[in-house]
Amino acid sequence: MAGTDFSRQMTSGESHHGFERSQLLFARFHIDLPLFLLLLVLCGSGLLILYSASGQGWAMVQKQAVHYLIGFSVLLVAAQIPPRIYQILAPWAYAVGVLALIGVLVLGVSGKGAQRWLAIPGLPRFQPSELMKLALPLLVAWYMATKGSPPKLFTLAKAMILIAIPLVLILKQPDLGTSILIGTSGILVLFFAGMPWWLIFSMVSIVAACAPLMWFFVMHAYQKQRVLTFLNPESDPLGSGWNIIQSKTAIGSGGIEGKGWLQGTQSQLEFLPESHTDFIIAVLAEELGLIGVLLLLTVYFLIVMRGLYMAAICPSLFGRLLSGSLIVTFFIYVFVNIGMVSGLLPVVGVPLPLVSWGGTSVVSLLAGFGVMMSMHTHKHK
Amino acid sequence: MWGNSFRDRMAEERLFRSRAIFMTIFIFALLCVLGGRIAFLQIVEHQKYQDLSENNRIQLRPIPPTRGLIYDRNGILLAENVPSYSLTLVKERVDDIDETLAYLRTLIDITERDEEQFRKRLKSSRRPYEPVVVKYKLDEEQIAQVMVNRFYLPGIDVEARLVRHYPEAETSVHALGYVGRINEKEAQRLDKKQYSATKHVGKLGIERRYESELHGQVGYQKVETNARGRILQVIEQVDPIPGKDLVLHLDQRLQQAAAKAMNGYRGAVVAIDVATGGVLTQYSNPSYDPNSFVTGISHKEYSGLRNNPDLPLFNRAIRGQYPPGSTLKPFLGLAFLEANTVTWQDEIEDEGWYQLENDERFYRDWKRKGHGKVDLHDAMMESCDTYFYDAAFRTTVDKISPFLAKFGFGRNMTHDVPNALSGLLPDREWKKKKRRRSWYAGDTLNLGIGQGFMLTTPMQLATATAALAAKGEWHTPRLMETLGGKAIEEEVKSLDNIVLKDPTDWDKMFKSMEAVITGPRGTARALRRNLTFTMAGKTGTAQVVSIAQHEEYDSEALAERNRDHALFVAFAPVENPSIAIAVIVENGESAGRTAGPIAKAVMQEYLLGAQG
Repeated sequence: MAGTDFSRQMTSGESHHGFERSQLLFARFHIDLPLFLLLLVLCGSGLLILYSASGQGWAMVQKQAVHYLIGFSVLLVAAQIPPRIYQILAPWAYAVGVLALIGVLVLGVSGKGAQRWLAIPGLPRFQPSELMKLALPLLVAWYMATKGSPPKLFTLAKAMILIAIPLVLILKQPDLGTSILIGTSGILVLFFAGMPWWLIFSMVSIVAACAPLMWFFVMHAYQKQRVLTFLNPESDPLGSGWNIIQSKTAIGSGGIEGKGWLQGTQSQLEFLPESHTDFIIAVLAEELGLIGVLLLLTVYFLIVMRGLYMAAICPSLFGRLLSGSLIVTFFIYVFVNIGMVSGLLPVVGVPLPLVSWGGTSVVSLLAGFGVMMSMHTHKHK
Repeated sequence: MWGNSFRDRMAEERLFRSRAIFMTIFIFALLCVLGGRIAFLQIVEHQKYQDLSENNRIQLRPIPPTRGLIYDRNGILLAENVPSYSLTLVKERVDDIDETLAYLRTLIDITERDEEQFRKRLKSSRRPYEPVVVKYKLDEEQIAQVMVNRFYLPGIDVEARLVRHYPEAETSVHALGYVGRINEKEAQRLDKKQYSATKHVGKLGIERRYESELHGQVGYQKVETNARGRILQVIEQVDPIPGKDLVLHLDQRLQQAAAKAMNGYRGAVVAIDVATGGVLTQYSNPSYDPNSFVTGISHKEYSGLRNNPDLPLFNRAIRGQYPPGSTLKPFLGLAFLEANTVTWQDEIEDEGWYQLENDERFYRDWKRKGHGKVDLHDAMMESCDTYFYDAAFRTTVDKISPFLAKFGFGRNMTHDVPNALSGLLPDREWKKKKRRRSWYAGDTLNLGIGQGFMLTTPMQLATATAALAAKGEWHTPRLMETLGGKAIEEEVKSLDNIVLKDPTDWDKMFKSMEAVITGPRGTARALRRNLTFTMAGKTGTAQVVSIAQHEEYDSEALAERNRDHALFVAFAPVENPSIAIAVIVENGESAGRTAGPIAKAVMQEYLLGAQG
């Protein structure tokens, strides 16, 4: 295969030592070692925080470790698959995703007031929107790659329609947060493909202008409540404002050095809700303080930088667009999650990537990194 | 073609790189925003959130003080605190309240009223994870039913609390009163801090009068709790100071004797310790169980009590105002003697009626044919009305009323009996003011036999009788003997001692009252049988309906509730009086046969009870 040729070429050069040698060894299996190590560091710290956040629940830590294990296996497999297979798969994955989303609306299982789950006999319950997180950038990147860069306006318009279809379906579930994030991942492909700046700015202004209209025509009561709570959490301190007040209290009381691992009163005494899922960063901030938060942000920053670098040196346009979109989307998750927990953004159900408890999100994120590694390490045909 | 495509690829890569650089800057900026936000919370606002977090964790939990106990003079417990078990629910831990209630209903009886009250409590403001009472007073079987099924009932628990209990129930309530749940009005009046953990407050009687002393001082516990309100550790504790124990002058044996003797009658008994003014008995019949009021009486039970024609809630002993009738005669007799209008030697010829000059009206004696030749001693013994008409007319109201006032008539002289009424002692001024009429000679005649405008409560009659028995020495009636081991410390309102011009008049009056029981024509001579102690008394009847001039009182024809009230005042032993008593039996007619025996029974219990 092309990839193996590439690595053999490199190994046949001068002798290498330490990191470089293992880098080459990993490259043989299409693994980018710096990124891989950063991910391991992130997941390892995730387990430490989770142990504290779950009230020192070993069972939960073990399960999450299994999630990571599955995730990294998927990553390994995804990295072996050459880009052209993804190109071939792209339209099919998209089609399956759209069908599944329609399926959810017709026969989905509801949870917490929204229909998101699809229960197919013989398969574990899953959220088709998770599949779409990968399928949509895949399709748009494939489409844009076939059209070349920079794209013509008409091509952009057609791509927009492809983005809009799953977006509307997810919006119907209703899941505003996910639909915006998935829509963004599609738009990001267009951005990297060279969407003209004037179009970007006009889209941003149109969205800004439409926000008030969303309030009246699109948003559900519970979504409006979230926005109201965001604007003034003290208006309902025991109800919907509770979460954000408690998470800000947890973060603020941590100070610079934190209260110490397993010593956070907000999380250990269960004042902080959802401490092992969406609000896990508050546990870190309380127990390990600003230092811990900055360290975690640094890890995220390094991952994103490495990802962007890998995208930039990717041999194919398809790979560049796809990788760029995936890695920036990954960052957007980080930003939205921490922003919401620290009270900068309204509460939307977005987990902290690779740290929050949850199998689906861990596996789909690591799969995305697998795809990125595939794009980066396979030589262009 | 190839070169063109190559240049395209170069351009594509350049385009991507410029976009990637832009994105890097953008991402870095956003990360700075996040880092800045966290740093702001953790450095600038650290203190604020530090405090908030401490407030979350640390809670001051008030601990209710134990309410003081109440004993009678012999150490019999009248009010105690017993553990009571309540079923509680934590809203945050229950998914579906209706479903939980439905399941509970299959285990124990939850009435509609319980549920209605529970929903009301659920709505009122409270902190998260605070338990709300579903049902009070669980019995052992109900506790067991709930505990066994607790696994299926998350958020449901059984909580123990000390609740007031009155072991003597009906026989003590008209003196003790009771505690009940604090209502909104009381909550505003009461000290928020002291009552932060208290659920009950004295509503009536002694429980209300000595509320602040019985209540005690609230304690605090500084505890670390989790969000569910579960206490993890106690950091600091200030113990509550229990309320002071109260010992009353009341004698529970006498309360029981009174209740037993009153059986079937409506009326009241008040007995007073002559030497101290201590109230030995304060009983009103029929009575009711105060324990129903402590944890909340049901609407049905309450309206049953309210609508009962015998008025069990009516405290006749201190709020029943009756004309004293002939029981006023000992005091009137002394008033005449003081005014020099009669002497013990003066006699009149009674033909059964009295008439004023220039007045057609006949003022009748209770005995139609008259008593014949009577002096003051006979007039007392036989309760001769004609003698008192004549003497009262000559003495005039201006001399009678002020003298009666010295015995506490016309005002509430009790020290610590809440809600006692003051009766009515009429005089010229009062009539002019309230009735807008001048005082007639006929009014004086009516006052002369304790009828007309005059009203007294059994408490007042007993107090006056006690003052009489003490030969004018005034002791303000009081219920409390000691509080926390100490006698009354607050100021007690008082009246001057009554000094007669001739102190032997007291003894002569005692003799005439003793003759009421022992004399051949004494109106209470029925009491003489088996009387093992000396006793002085005076009967009285109070008209419920007035009888027209020439009509005769016919008890058969009168409906039971229109018959005269029977009254009796007495003290014993005559030589050295220790107990004074007043009894009223509503519609009891013959004082000697209804009210008299009740007084005798209570006094017998007091003087001889110990010997069996």
